[in-house]
Formats: sequence, C-alpha cells, structure tokens
Amino acid sequence: MEKQQGRTKGKSIVGSIDWLTILIYAILLAMGWMSICGASYDYGSSTSLLDPSTRSGMQVVWIASSMLLGGLILLLDDRLFDTFAYLIYAALLALLFVTPFLAHDIKGSHSWIKIGSFSLQSAEFAKFATSLAVAKFMSSYGFQLQGSLKNFVVCFLLIAMPMALIVMQRETGSALVYTSFFLMLYREGMPGSILFAGVSAVIYFVVGIRFAEDMVIGGTTSLGVFAVEALILVFLIGMVVVYTRPSVVYGSHSSGETHSSSKAYRSTMLVMCLMGICGMGIAVVVSKYIFPFDVTLVQGVLIGIIVLYLLYTAIASHIIRYFYIAMFAIGSMAFFFSAHTILYKVLEPHQQKRVLVLLGLQDDPKGTGYNVIQAQIAIGSGGLEGKGFLNGTQTKLKYVPEQETDFIFCTVGEEQGFIGSAAVLGLFLLLLLRIIYVSERQPYAFGRVYGYCVFSIFLFHILINVGMVLGLMPVIGIPLPFFSYGGSSLWGFTLLLFIFLRIDAGRNRMLR
Amino acid sequence: MSGNTNLEYRKYVLGFAAVLIVALYVLRLFVLQLTSDDFKLRADSNAFMKRILFPARGAISDRNGTLLVYNQPAYDILVTMREQIGVDTLDLCETLGIDRAWYERRMAEIKDRNRNPGYSPHTQQLFMSQLSTEEFSRFQEKMFRFQGFSFQKRTIRQYTTNHAAHILGDVGEVSPKDIEADDYYRAGDYIGKLGVESSYERQLRGIKGTEILLRDVHGRLKGSYHNGDYDQHPIPGKNLTLSIDIELQALGERLMQGKLGSIVAIEPSTGEILCMVSSPTYDPREMVGRQRGRKHMELSRDPMKPLLNRAIMGLYPPGSTFKTSQALTFLEEGIITPNTEYPCSHGFRFKGLKVGCHGHGSPLALVPAIATSCNGYFCWGLYHMLGNHTKYHSVQEAMTRWKDHMVAMGFGYQLGVDLPGEKRGLIPNADFYDKAYRGSWNGLTVISISIGQGEVTLTPLQIANLGATIANRGWFITPHIVKEIQDEQLDTLYTRKRYTHVASTHYETVVAGMARAVEGGTCRQAHNSDYVVCGKTGTAQNRGHDHSVFMGFAPRVNPKIAIAVYVENGGWGATFGVPFGALMMEQYLTGHLSEASEQKAQALINRPIYYGEAAR
Repeated sequence: MEKQQGRTKGKSIVGSIDWLTILIYAILLAMGWMSICGASYDYGSSTSLLDPSTRSGMQVVWIASSMLLGGLILLLDDRLFDTFAYLIYAALLALLFVTPFLAHDIKGSHSWIKIGSFSLQSAEFAKFATSLAVAKFMSSYGFQLQGSLKNFVVCFLLIAMPMALIVMQRETGSALVYTSFFLMLYREGMPGSILFAGVSAVIYFVVGIRFAEDMVIGGTTSLGVFAVEALILVFLIGMVVVYTRPSVVYGSHSSGETHSSSKAYRSTMLVMCLMGICGMGIAVVVSKYIFPFDVTLVQGVLIGIIVLYLLYTAIASHIIRYFYIAMFAIGSMAFFFSAHTILYKVLEPHQQKRVLVLLGLQDDPKGTGYNVIQAQIAIGSGGLEGKGFLNGTQTKLKYVPEQETDFIFCTVGEEQGFIGSAAVLGLFLLLLLRIIYVSERQPYAFGRVYGYCVFSIFLFHILINVGMVLGLMPVIGIPLPFFSYGGSSLWGFTLLLFIFLRIDAGRNRMLR
Repeated sequence: MSGNTNLEYRKYVLGFAAVLIVALYVLRLFVLQLTSDDFKLRADSNAFMKRILFPARGAISDRNGTLLVYNQPAYDILVTMREQIGVDTLDLCETLGIDRAWYERRMAEIKDRNRNPGYSPHTQQLFMSQLSTEEFSRFQEKMFRFQGFSFQKRTIRQYTTNHAAHILGDVGEVSPKDIEADDYYRAGDYIGKLGVESSYERQLRGIKGTEILLRDVHGRLKGSYHNGDYDQHPIPGKNLTLSIDIELQALGERLMQGKLGSIVAIEPSTGEILCMVSSPTYDPREMVGRQRGRKHMELSRDPMKPLLNRAIMGLYPPGSTFKTSQALTFLEEGIITPNTEYPCSHGFRFKGLKVGCHGHGSPLALVPAIATSCNGYFCWGLYHMLGNHTKYHSVQEAMTRWKDHMVAMGFGYQLGVDLPGEKRGLIPNADFYDKAYRGSWNGLTVISISIGQGEVTLTPLQIANLGATIANRGWFITPHIVKEIQDEQLDTLYTRKRYTHVASTHYETVVAGMARAVEGGTCRQAHNSDYVVCGKTGTAQNRGHDHSVFMGFAPRVNPKIAIAVYVENGGWGATFGVPFGALMMEQYLTGHLSEASEQKAQALINRPIYYGEAAR
C-alpha cells in the first residue's frame, strides 16, 4: 500500500510525511506538559500554569519552540543531512569539547553552557549528530560491517568519541546512552553473539551488584549471586537449544550425522535439565526448609559439572558449538566473579562507593534508598485511576526528588494512575515500533541506519528512565523523552525524530 | 542493500525486545499500583498531618450564675524526635527556663515506651505542658531555631474563687490507665481528676476536632487539605450550673477554718446541694498548670488529709441526730405512739446495762424526748422493737425490718451523689450481729445503735439528707451538686422522689419534736425570730473528745434548707454544731448575716479546737 503510493509520481512531501509519528509525538508532548504542571504546581499558589515564571509555563515555551523547530526541519531538503552529516558531527564534537571549559559547575556536572538567561546542554544535541555521522559512514559505497575490522573500529570510534567527551563533562548517564548504538549495529550485521555477550555482561553486573546484599533462602544466600548463576544456567540451556539442535547443526537431511548429533543433543539437554534445574531446585528447598546453607556454592558446582559435560560432548561428537557454549559459561563466571571480587575485595570502601555511585547503583543521599522508595510510593499510591490532575500529594509536596526531570514518570503514575501510565508506556511502544517500521521502508541504508539509531536511543532512555523510577534499574540520571522538563532535551529529541521524519518523507523522490 | 536481506529478521528481535521491556514495566506498574494499598497509606502518612483541635472545656458556675471555673489559653511544647537534630539544647533550656538535667530526663521519658506507649520518633510528642502566655512568647520568638519543636494551643482551668475545691475538683494529665480505658485520650491530654471535673468529664470535655494539614518533605506545613473540607471542628464542652450557693459555701468554709469536719446543706424540695464544706480544704487555684503534680503530692501527704472530701467520704457516728430516724421507725412499726412514755433516770438502766443521760423530767413522751435528746427513750424503743415476739418471729427479723427502714432513709448505701468517691457508711444487719456475737444477741446487746453510736456510721451528706427527708415529711430526691447541664437533661436519679417506709403523719410528730428542741430544748441557740427552725443536736462519743453535730431545717413549713454540721472533737452539739447550723441557715434564708450573728461567727472562728501534734 505504502509502496504503491510511493511509486505515484508527483506525490507531495506533505503526503509522504509520517503523520502517525507526529500524532504520537504531539500526544506525548501534551501528556508531558500535564505532568510538568503536576510536578511543579505549588499548593495554594495562585500563579497561572501558563505563567513563564513557573516551570509549567516555561515548558510551554519549550514545546512551542520544539514544534517550530520540527516544522523548520520538515521544510529543509533531506539531502542536506546526508551532505553535511560529518560537518555537523565535527561541530558538535567541538562544542562538546569546549563545553567543560565554558560550563558552570551544577551539582558536579560541567555540561551546561549559559547563553543569556538560558542554559543549553550540548550532550543532548550530540545524539542526532552522532546518528547522522554513523548513518553516513555505514551507508558509504561498499560498506560491510561483517568481516571488516576496520569498518567496525571506525564505527566504534564515531560512537565512542562523543561518549568520552560527555564522560569528561561528568555526565555519565548521558554517555551511557551511546552504548545503545549496539542495537543498531546488531541490525546492520554485527554478530548476535557480541550483542548477547554485551547484554549478558551488563545484566550480570547490574543484577549481581544491585542485589548482592539482599540475603534470601534461609538468609544465607546472596540474591545477586544466586540470580546471576541461575541466569547463566538458563542462558546455557537456551544456547544449547538455539545452537545445537540437530536441525540447526546439519540442515534437515543427512541421516547418519543427524543421528549422532541428536543423540549428543538429547543427552546434553537431559544432563543440563537434571543437573541445572532439578539440582538447583533441590538445593533451594533443602536450604530453605531443612538447614540453611549458601545455595550459590551448589550452583557453582552444578555449572562446573555442566561445563565439563559440554567439553566432553564437544570432543565426543566433534561438534565445536558445545565448546563455544562451554567457553561462554566459563567466561560468564569469570567475568562476574572477577568484577565482584575487584569491587568488593580489591577496592577500598570509598573507591567502591565511587564506582557504585558512578554506575548509579548507589545514589542515596539519605542512605536508605529513600529516593527510589519515595518514587515507588508516588506511583503505587496512584492506584487504577490516579489522584487526578494536580492532586498528587507525593509529588506536590516534593517527596520525590528530581520530580520535574528524571523522576517525572512519578507524576504520571500518581496523578493518572495505572491507566494513564500504562497508556504512556503503550504510546512509547507504538512510537518505537513505528520507528522500526519506517526504518525498514527506507530505500537506502542512510535512512535505515539513522532510523535504528533513533530507535536505539529512545529505547535506551525509556528502559533506563522508567526502570529507574519503577525501582528496577539503577538510578542513572537521563531524561524521559518529551516528559522531562527542559529545553535542551526536548529540542534534542525533536531534532532526532524530525530529521528522521524528513529523511523518510524524501523516500519517494529518491526512488524516482 | 545486498547482505541485508538475511538480517531483516533482526527487526523482529529488536521489536520484540521493545515489547518485552514495555510489558515488563506494565506488569511492574500493575504490581505497584493495583495489588496493594500499602503505597497509598504511605503516601498519606507522608503528606497528611492530622492535628487535633482541642475543644474548650465547659465552664462551671454556681446556682446564682456566678462564674466559678473558666478557661485560659496555655501552650504545650511538642517535639518530633526524628526532626530535632542539631538543636542548641542550651539555648532551648534557657528559653524555656529549664535546666539541662530536666531536659535529658524528659527526653528519656518520652522515648521510654513503657511510660509513653504511643511513642514514635516521627510524630509530635508532648515535651512540656501548660506554658503561660508570657512563657510561651519567649519561646515563640526563637522557635525557628528549634527544629522539630512545635506547639499546640490548649486551655487551662482558671478559678474565680478559692472556695469549693472538693466540689469543683481539677484537671490533670491523663494516666496510662485512663488512656487504656477510653479511646478519646492521647498521652498529654487532660482529664478531670476530682469533683465535678471528674464526674462530669464526659459533658465538660467536649468532642475533639481534627484538622488535616499537608506537610512537605521538609516538614513544612502547606495549608489544609481540600480547603479543610475534611476537617472536623471541635465541639466545646457543656457548661455546668452547680446547685451550690458560693456565698453560703464561703461562709461554711470560713466557719470551719482550723476545724475538722463538714457542713452540708440541701434544698429539700429538689435535693440540690446548697453547700458542701469539707475542712481542711485547699485553694483550687493552686491545682492549675505545671505545679499541680507537686501541689497534689504535698496535699496527699498532709496528715489532716485535706484532699479527703469529708462530706461524702467521712464516716462518722451520727450521734443523737439519728434519734429522729429511730422515732420514725418505732412509730411506723407501732412500737410506740406519740403518747407513749418511757422513764429515764439519768439514763437507761436495765439488767445491769446503763446508758447514761443528762437531767430532765421523767417519764417522757416522744416530742419532749426529741427536744431534750433523751437517751433512755430511744433505748427503750429499740429494746421493745427487737424484743417484740408477737410482731416479729425473731430478733433477726426485727433487726431486718429496722435495717430496711434505715436503708429506705438513705443510710447504709451510697446515696448516689454526682461526685466521685462517695462512701456508703454502715448500717448493721442481722447477719452482721450473728457473725459478731455467734447468733447470741438481743436488743440490749446492740442498744447503742438507737442513739447513733455503736456500729452505725453515716456520712455528713447522709445526715443532711435525713434533715431533708424530715423537712419533706417522708421523701427525698437524691442529693446532687449539678443543677443544670447545658443542652442536656439531668439524670432522672436527680429528679425522682424517693419515699421512705414511714408515713408522713409520723414525720409531723418528729418535726414537732425538732421544733420543740429549738424552742426550748437542746437547740435553743438556733432560734430565729424571722422563721421557725427545726433541729436536732448530736454529741457523738468517740475515742477522743466528742464530735459536735447538728441536723436541722428551716423554715418548718415549706422548708428551704436542710443542713448537717459535723465538727470533729467539737464537744457538745450545742457548742459548734447548733450555732454553725443557725448561721448557715440565716445566711441562706436572709442572704446575709446580721451584725450580731457576724460577731458570733467571728467568736466561734476564733475558738480553737486542739487536734494534737498532727494538726501543726
């Protein structure tokens, strides 16, 4: 249907714009503004919500200017972005570089440049610039990600340079956003195993450290270590299923080989399920009800036995994939325990704390997870329908920290309830899926790569920000797109999204 | 484009990742928002501060509308432990006029959950109570420096008079027991402790209100919730009008200065108590505010027991005043007629038993026997009643009949006055004597109860009520101290007539006897030319010097006041009892004392009674 339209000659730019995305954008902006009103409104204040001296009034200015900005971008020629991609990238890198020298110290961060009475955060604008540069590079003639180390390294550098500069501004959260480019790289051909290994490492680290101190199952087992070791077991079983099924190993027809590989597959699955799942289950029950002991030790032994069996199978069946899976298990255990050991045994307590705070695993001015608890109270107290517009007590009385910026989702939860907050998440999901859809319809790699960059950045922001507010993710201070207060982030996200919409709107002309 | 075709499936992987994350978060939202009320409650306890609004306690005035007790603003200092960090203790102590040791001790007391069961470091706790306006203003100036300290406005009781302490009672901080017994109270609240403050606590205290305030993360109050729509205004306590006449009460207290005992006056037609003096007494104004505890302790250690309300707690032998009740009983039982005469030669002599009497004519009929307070007459009466085997089957039955008459006259049990701590006194019954004498007793054994001695004890209130009953010729209304409660009916107990078992014609005979006593008998001093007084003296024997007792009423027709005077160790009834009774009647019936009476009063006040070392 779309493609048919595309072939229609003389189709206007206006007709090619993805109006659905703009509609979602507009709804999110409106809901975002309501949340800002809720978060910044002061009880007993008679000031209008539109008064520019209030944050809600100021946000109206930011929203209006963003819409203007978006409109301007749609008026530009889409070839401009392709042409000037590197130039824009270089300019933003320069801006990022000078920022710490011009910036004032705001809560230890050196990322804000003051222009008149406004402050701009340069890091927010580096995202679209980096996306453009990466898209330009990856769409160059004859570009291949797979099998070319040089290409991979250049890509990596394009992403890593702004990241490093932002770390220098002490904005670790914003810098971490760039790790999301791996999602785009995966779509463009990076081996899935790298993404999987990367994601696994992050999960091991975050889960392992965040819950390290929670003792469960009879009080002798660290939840963090237990969860990570259980995850490793689950990953191993998953990998055996995905990579060593007989049909995967040797296609569907070659009876002799299939016989031996299916035999190896069946026995491995049996051993893993028996040892892994049943063994672990028994250990948990014994520790909880009979006598408490450290279940993680049993898990370690079980993983060890499984690794030995995998190695044996690799040799016996001549299927090298079992070897790789065994290596994954060894790598996982080695990574997790070395990280754990370095953090808790090698580092001094104050260094430990610095690492944890840097990674957002420990951000406790009051020492008891106060912020996260207050955020959860705010959301939890909203119930099904919420307390109503401007009626949230938790946010209105400033119990939630950073409630207009990083913790803005609390206001949605408290005032709009489950219905409102689930609707917001639903809208974000719709936006993300729409971006995938639009990316996939791009005729050239430039548009598609840029589209996946946009997707990755939005997904990362939502994953971290909402997860943090819900108490599922470490406290990393990054804004929730279109909701968090502030001109820089709103302009940054608007630029990112509308450049993509403009590129998409030009797809038909390109085909001509 | 080539090479991408086999990667296109990855869009599903990424799309699925997005769906998975959102699904996980929606599930988390579901758990947080819809599975428990816990977060809602925690948000409420964060944001809402319920402040109790204390109602004004009801005012108390006397029967003529003279205000006796009212309220004055006072301030309590509160502390929230969790918030009072970094306060300059020295400065605080100086401002409040306390020392460091007191501060430390008080803080420890607050935190001690045994003494302060409702303690929480997050809520306001009472630190210091009842600061005067001046004391408070010094604190208020500096309050911003004392983080975690706040105040609440309360009222304290103020008294216009230094009289009637036992009747009015006072208020003090609730005890842990009070808190446990009644949900109304929280630590630091006040409760009526004695007198009507205690017995009418429910009416006086009113109903507390609450104000819901919003409190931000720094503990600052941000105004009321929903413009106070959910606030409850306090309902002030009800005002009480007492039946006492404060002038009469004042005179009674003046007369009893330096003496132990009690004066109780009752309006016979209504049962309203006109005055209730218990001596020694104390100044109710000293039982206010922070010094109450110390003062109370001091009074409770005084060997003269000034806290004891002798009018309802003092158990005394009624002496000869009791003879009136005996006369009524014998008449009703047909043991005697008004014309029955008994001999008396300086007392009752029979089978070796002798009850002495003073000189008067013999034999005597009932009216002169009452007028001269002849012991012999009433001893014979009781002896004949308990020994009457034709009328009663046994001495036990006769005794039971006697006891029933006594109980019907309001003896032996609490009358039910609306004050706390009333005693019942003792009227012995057949069982009592069966136990005491192992069943072997007769009229002679117990003969002294007929003249108000022996085992019989009454409270002064019961003696006064006897006077009221005779004045009414056979009925009384339960004596009570509260005449009116604002917007509320009195208990029917205080409006209903209670009849004795004796016919009113018999009462007329006794009234005649009491009138004769004033005309020319033992109560001559009580004579007044303006109205006819009826009276009966009593000289109650006890281990020490005799008690001086008087019971009477006036006028004879349509009586307005019945009175009992009991002066411990005062000697003859005529020494203090009769003149005191006469003065009180004069004050109440004419509204003042004549000059001669005033001089007489002063002379009596100046006449000391020696109570031994304990009185010093």
